[in-house]
This record gives sequence, C-alpha cells and structure tokens, in this order.
Amino acid sequence: MTRWFNRLCTHPAAYPLMLLLCCAPALWLISRGLLNQLGANPAESLLRGTGLWTLRFLCLTLAVTPLRQWAGLTALARWRRTLGLTCFTYATLHFLAYAWLDMGIDWTATLKDLGKRPFALVGFAAFVLLVPLALTSFNRAIRWLGAARWRRLHQVVYGVAVLALLHFFWLRAGKHRFSEVLVYGAIVGVLMAARLVHRRHQPMGLNRKAA
Amino acid sequence: MPITPIRRGGPGDPLPSEITPRAWVENRRTWLTQVAAAAAGTGLAAWAERDALAQATRPGKLPALAAQRTHTAGGVVMDKLTAYGDATSYNNFYEFGTDKSDPAQYARTLRPRPWTVSVEGLVNKPQRFDLDALLKLAPMEERIYRLRCVEGWSMVIPWVGWSLAELIKRVEPQGSAKYVEFVSLADRQQMPGVSSGVLDWPYREGLRLDEALHPLTLLTFGMYGEVLPNQNGAPVRLVVPWKYGFKSAKSIVTIRLVDKQPTSSWMAVAPREYGFYSNVNPQVDHPRWSQATERRIGEDGLFARKRPTPMFNGYEAQVASLYAGMDLRKYY
Repeated sequence: MTRWFNRLCTHPAAYPLMLLLCCAPALWLISRGLLNQLGANPAESLLRGTGLWTLRFLCLTLAVTPLRQWAGLTALARWRRTLGLTCFTYATLHFLAYAWLDMGIDWTATLKDLGKRPFALVGFAAFVLLVPLALTSFNRAIRWLGAARWRRLHQVVYGVAVLALLHFFWLRAGKHRFSEVLVYGAIVGVLMAARLVHRRHQPMGLNRKAA
Repeated sequence: MPITPIRRGGPGDPLPSEITPRAWVENRRTWLTQVAAAAAGTGLAAWAERDALAQATRPGKLPALAAQRTHTAGGVVMDKLTAYGDATSYNNFYEFGTDKSDPAQYARTLRPRPWTVSVEGLVNKPQRFDLDALLKLAPMEERIYRLRCVEGWSMVIPWVGWSLAELIKRVEPQGSAKYVEFVSLADRQQMPGVSSGVLDWPYREGLRLDEALHPLTLLTFGMYGEVLPNQNGAPVRLVVPWKYGFKSAKSIVTIRLVDKQPTSSWMAVAPREYGFYSNVNPQVDHPRWSQATERRIGEDGLFARKRPTPMFNGYEAQVASLYAGMDLRKYY
C-alpha cells in the first residue's frame, strides 16, 4: 500500500494534477463569482471562502511530515513546499479580500481596524509570519540559510497555526459555532502531537536532525 | 375554416419543402388562441400593475396582504428596495440554523397557522389574540424601512403591518409597566435549530415601553405586499428600524409587559457584545468589528467602498429624543 502510494506520487502526471487540485478552490470561487452565484453577500462569501481554504491548506502542509514519518509516505515530502505555498497564496487572497472588499483599499482605515480588533490583528499576524517562510521556500534560500537555521525559521509555521485557529475561533465565537473550530483544532493538535511523540522516540544522536 | 386537400402531381404544385406541415395547419386555431391570450395577458398585467405601483411590486410567491400607504413620519425611505430573492435567502433566524442560507432551506417546516399571540403581564386586559384577529385589529400599512444587521450589512424592505402601539393600547398597560418582552416560538418539531445550544431558547427580545409605543415600531405580518415568508419570521414579527436587526424578534408567540428590564437572549449569551438597547450607532463598535460602515446587499458592487452607517440607522429625527441625555456608549 505504502509503496503503491509512493509510486503513484512520483508518476509524471501526479504533480500537474496536484497543482490543479490546489488551484481548484480558487477557480471555483472565481467562477461562482463571475456567474453571480456567491449569494446575497458575495464579498463575505469570498472572504470566508479564501480564509477557510487557507486553514485547510495549512493543515495539509502540516500533515506532510507526520504522514511521512508514521505512515512511510515518503513521496509526500516533495509536495510540502507546494502545499505550503498554496496556503500562502490563499492567505494572500484572504488578506486582499479583507483589504479590498471590506476596507476599500484604505490603508489608514485598515491599520486602524487592525489596531482596534484583536480578531483581525491575529489573522494579519499569521499572514505576516507566513511571508518570510514563502520568501525562503526555494532551494537556494535553504543553502544560504543552512539547513538548521532554515528549519528553525520554518518552525514559525506552528505559531501561525495557533494564530490561525484563534482567528477562526473568534470568528465563530459570535454565533457559538464551535464544531468546525474543534475539528480543525483537533487536526492541528494531532499533527503537533505526532511531531512531539516522534521526536521523543528518536535516539539521542538523531534528536537534533529530526525536527 | 376547412383545410383544402393538396392535389398531387400537376405542374405548378408546391414543392414538398414549401408545404406547411399538416400538424401546424391543424393547430393553427389553438396557436392563434394562445397568441391572443398572451397579448391579453400582457395587457391585463400592465393594467394590474397600475394598482401595484402604489406599493412594492408583488413577487407572486405567497398570498397577498393589502396595505395602505403610511402617514407615519419616517415610514417610507426613498432607498432602492432590496431584491425579494436576497431578502428571503440571506437571513439570520437561528431557530433554523446559524448559517444565513439555513432559514430559506429549513424554514418550510414552520406552521404559521393556526397561530395565537398572548399579550400578558402588567396589563388590565390580558388577551390571547388569534392571528386572524390581529390581521384585522388595525389598518395594514406599508412601511419601507432600512434594516441594518449588527454584522455590518443592510437591506431596504417594504414591510406590511401596523404600529405595535395599537395593540399595547388595547390591552391597557398598568402604571408599573416599563418594558415589553417579546418571546418567539421555540418548537423543536418545527424548528431544527432549537435543538442546538447556540442560544438559550426561546428567543427573547425586549424594548422600553416608550420604544415599543413609538409609531415606527411595527408589528409586521407581511413584506413586499405578501404575507411573511417563514424564513423572515412568519406569521408575525417585530420590526424596529433604528435598532440592529436582531432586536426585531420573529415568529412571536408572547408579548409581555414587565416592570424590570428584560434580559434578551443575546444579552444572556454575550453581554459584552450585545446590550439591551442595541441602537444602530456608527460610533460604538462591536468588540469584533466596526459599525461605522455597512454593505447594502445587492446594491453596493463587490469592489465598491462600504457606505457609512447613519446614526439610529437614519431615523435620528424620529427617535433621538427617546435617548436624550443617555450615554449611548454605556447603554449600547
């Protein structure tokens, strides 16, 4: 099963298909928007849609390493960067939807809004923290920084996950709809726990490398 | 008219392609009748419209509810009406689910008839009114109000109803009555959302007695010239246009006059976010978002800047005196 999966992942058609799947939610939102099918409040639908997909791709990105370590799906590793950059792309679209559709590209108003609302600020902070990760995602950046420093920098993603969950929690707090927040919280929790457990099970010498 | 049989063979005979198919010829009468009927129909519709133009154009989905024009100050705003489709598909009515598309999807299980409303509490003549009695209690008026949701969007809706004051006067409030509490239906059988713990059911709202007696406060039975759709709070709801939408309780079963300020469902669940008054106020933000601007549903383009929200939702001239000397930051 594992071998079969790893084989499938290395198929030449796998990568283009994967890219298409990453773009699919955005294409879906855009086509619905063009067909005027985003409901009575299209701006809200776009804002919510891009936000939700940011969170989903963040979970998918975080799932790569535990799946590789625990299920032996080593071929997934090659997709971690693509998934991470997709997450960043949706985060950018989400921020643009907020700044453009919600704030009307009024930067002073946007700054004031961020200063006033912890809910918005936490989401913005998560987005800002993703920027250096996206900027250092190419191979040469890893060489420049050195693997250890690069890895430490990219551990920032755990903080991003916590901020994103808090942002989502506050969004849903108004309507006391916590079921989805719990689901995503559980997913992120399990993925974090898997890392900790894996690290503890590593022999001492390997401890440093296996972050 | 008899159909002439076609001779076969001779010169000058029409080509087969020129012959009108038999079925078409035979159906000619039916077809002509249909054309005539359609023409007459268009004429009739135009004629009927002269009448309808006095009020909002009926969407033709539900029974009509006739109404006269209102003479209440502020009763008709000049803003463009929100499309009926938007006003009936984008609703907050948690008894049918918390998503704004839920009410339109699930509210068909609500049975708006038979329906009674109990008017009770500190009144001399408590009474249980049948819906039919309420429909006849006072002349129906059409009021075109702005509706501003606490979430930052707005609509313009032609409601049909009469001032709640008409009802309150009839039951004769006692001197000790200072507030009015509204209780909505909470029936698990009819309302799937009531099984969730989102709010403490039944949904309760409240007004100060002078707010409830204000002529703009409308006991509402219809919208767009028809009875209320289930998802909009059938068969009877409140509409208080200068307050955030959630103050306008839907599907009301009890109206109770009391001496102490009632605790609304939203105050109970999030007192820091939702106060008793909840007047539309661009200067007092919700803890999680600004209330300075709003998006008019169906009107403001996707990339248009949101429009500024006026004080008391634009009803300042009519209602500001109710709050003279009050700190509206404290009493939000």
